Amino acid sequence: MPNASYIVLIPLLPLAGFALLGLFGRRYIKGFAGVLGTSFVLVSTALALYVAWQYFSISLPQGHFKQTVPLNLNWLTFSPGLSIDMSIILDPISVMMIVVVTLISLLVHTFSLGYMKGETRYATYYAFLNLFTFSMLGLVLSGNLFETYIFWELVGCSSFLLIGFYFDRPTAVAAAKKAFIVTRFADLGFLVGILILSFHADTLDIHTLIQRLTQPGPQLTNITTASFLGISALSWGLVLVFVGGAGKSAMFPLHIWLPDAMEGPTPVSALIHAATMVVAGVYLVARLYPVYAHAGPAVLQVVLYVGALSALLAAIIACTQTDIKRVLAYSTMSQIGYMMFALGAHGYTASMFHLFTHAFFKALLFLCAGVIIHRVHSNEMKDMGALRKLLPLTHACFLIACLAISGIPPFSGFFSKEDILLAAWNSNKLVYAVGLFTSGLTAFYMFRLYFSVFWGRPTHEAGAHPGHHPETPFTEKLPLVILALGALSAGWIPFSRFVTADGKPEPAHGVSVFAIAPVALALIGIATAAYLYRKETERPQRAAAAFKGFYQFAYHKFYIDEVYTFITKKIIFNGIGRPAAWIDKNIVDGLMNLLATITARIAAGIKGIQSGKVQDYTLYFFAGIVGLAVLFIYLYT
Amino acid sequence: MNQVPLTHILIVSTALFFIGMYGLFTRRNLITMLMSIELILNSVNINFIAFNRYLYPQRLEGVFFTLFVIAIAAAEAAVAIAIIINLYRNFHSIDVETADEMKF
Repeated sequence: MPNASYIVLIPLLPLAGFALLGLFGRRYIKGFAGVLGTSFVLVSTALALYVAWQYFSISLPQGHFKQTVPLNLNWLTFSPGLSIDMSIILDPISVMMIVVVTLISLLVHTFSLGYMKGETRYATYYAFLNLFTFSMLGLVLSGNLFETYIFWELVGCSSFLLIGFYFDRPTAVAAAKKAFIVTRFADLGFLVGILILSFHADTLDIHTLIQRLTQPGPQLTNITTASFLGISALSWGLVLVFVGGAGKSAMFPLHIWLPDAMEGPTPVSALIHAATMVVAGVYLVARLYPVYAHAGPAVLQVVLYVGALSALLAAIIACTQTDIKRVLAYSTMSQIGYMMFALGAHGYTASMFHLFTHAFFKALLFLCAGVIIHRVHSNEMKDMGALRKLLPLTHACFLIACLAISGIPPFSGFFSKEDILLAAWNSNKLVYAVGLFTSGLTAFYMFRLYFSVFWGRPTHEAGAHPGHHPETPFTEKLPLVILALGALSAGWIPFSRFVTADGKPEPAHGVSVFAIAPVALALIGIATAAYLYRKETERPQRAAAAFKGFYQFAYHKFYIDEVYTFITKKIIFNGIGRPAAWIDKNIVDGLMNLLATITARIAAGIKGIQSGKVQDYTLYFFAGIVGLAVLFIYLYT
Repeated sequence: MNQVPLTHILIVSTALFFIGMYGLFTRRNLITMLMSIELILNSVNINFIAFNRYLYPQRLEGVFFTLFVIAIAAAEAAVAIAIIINLYRNFHSIDVETADEMKF
């Protein structure tokens, strides 16, 4: 098995980069802060690829991929069994995740070299990116549930810092706060879930926890018999952990932070809010998947329906949005919904496969959006048009990514989406129907975006200075090309050979007739989008008018933000906040003020004793002596 | 020979003590207050000597105490006069009422 010492370096190198750039970046090494930060991640990526190669090639002869813990540092021990350790877990999904995280992070770092050039907080930006990379790697590698939680919060924190990177824009500040608060609510569920599971399993170590909660024993009996409101403690714990994952992965109804998080720099959206951090929730459920699968169907049903609902809802909203990054954000949410319901439908491999391919094409879409936004200086789709001549490379990459996400063979998304739909078909026909419909919608809204941006009428902003600057610097082109290659070819990886729920390799099943329906739907979606948006016409308006009420409903994101505002402002503020504030102001503060007033009054009364006159002091002194004398005489006679 | 009774000496020392006390509280001039303190110290000295002489004639502790008190009184006078001079420099007066700044 691989030696632990260099696996530790994979997360620690970005941490070193963060410390170096955070402490000295702004003053001393501003000029090459980007190169420095990127090189740390480059070394991490190389190590991660080496670990993956070693893991998948060397441990195969044992028949299946084992979960191993190559490093375990005892940190906080509560009782002999229960301790918070800093440990590293290696199993197929964590190895897959470190490859994805380091690779996407490296490409985003490289892309940002050109994209963020000239920013005043250039070094700080790289410090934050490094911090995020460290936290995300720690999260996927952690072998202790509480360690996972620590890194989970660190990831949230670096996401907060990067969303609010342009902190002079009030919208960015509000978005950062919103993301932080919403995910914190969800993390409360995660924490309570951890406490329930670890209390009953009597361990925080993930490997042991999975063993104890899936194999018959005192712990399993204990957790299934303990119940609250008629639901067993095991189900409660797992559902609460899922709530944490749903918050981070922007599942309905905790998704409201993700579209607003697009206020951050676009490469950040590519890294954090598309490819890596938002899939942490999926990863968490996958990490504890044996327990979920063993706990009976009810909990997985929750995962299944929440995932399917989120996928459908987000796809509908994405069809109506006009901001390019928001469309991509809702598409991310929709695709994560796919991964979630795949897990709920026992499609462990399919879910992880989609996570893998999605990371490539979604990061590619966001980076292309970054190039477009820089060119057009606007996020609005109406300011874009006919860009295919101006940005040929970006056009090609964007097209590849759109085809991949729509599930057109032979692009990567096709293969993973097939697996997911197959898993859904085998598990729940309703969810299969939702997934099928959503895949059609996905093709429609992605090509709506594609045609509005690259075809149609050239706009003033885009056409104003053709050839004014070259398309993009080399550091931006390279990541686009690499990601496009990934989006093209990632689907051909025989994923089920490597990643399965029990570690036993399965042969990859080939393409079947089953694939006809989703591909046909996707083609219909693309054709519709081409009909409506390829040329500047009145057709989109007429189409929107045909669904007037529903269109408005979806355009306003189903008024979910408004519902939250109503609940917080009208109900929580008036029902809980105001009375609590009244009690605080009048009763708690009142008691304190009373004490202070009494003290002040007494002080005012007796401060005259300290007059500053020597003779007064002498008098008190003698009075004291006389008093003592009287006391002594009284006591001793 | 007829000895003076102890009571007479104690009356003298008590009188001296209260004269000093009266001076300390009524005078505003720091020099006079210092003199009053010397009176109080001397009344204590008389007490020491008298009790030593009348109660324990063969021992010498009272006498030694008196010597110590005299020595300390001398040192105290030096310190007090230094303080008074500094006060005078700051306030241009040695009236104790003017130096009442050490208050709330």
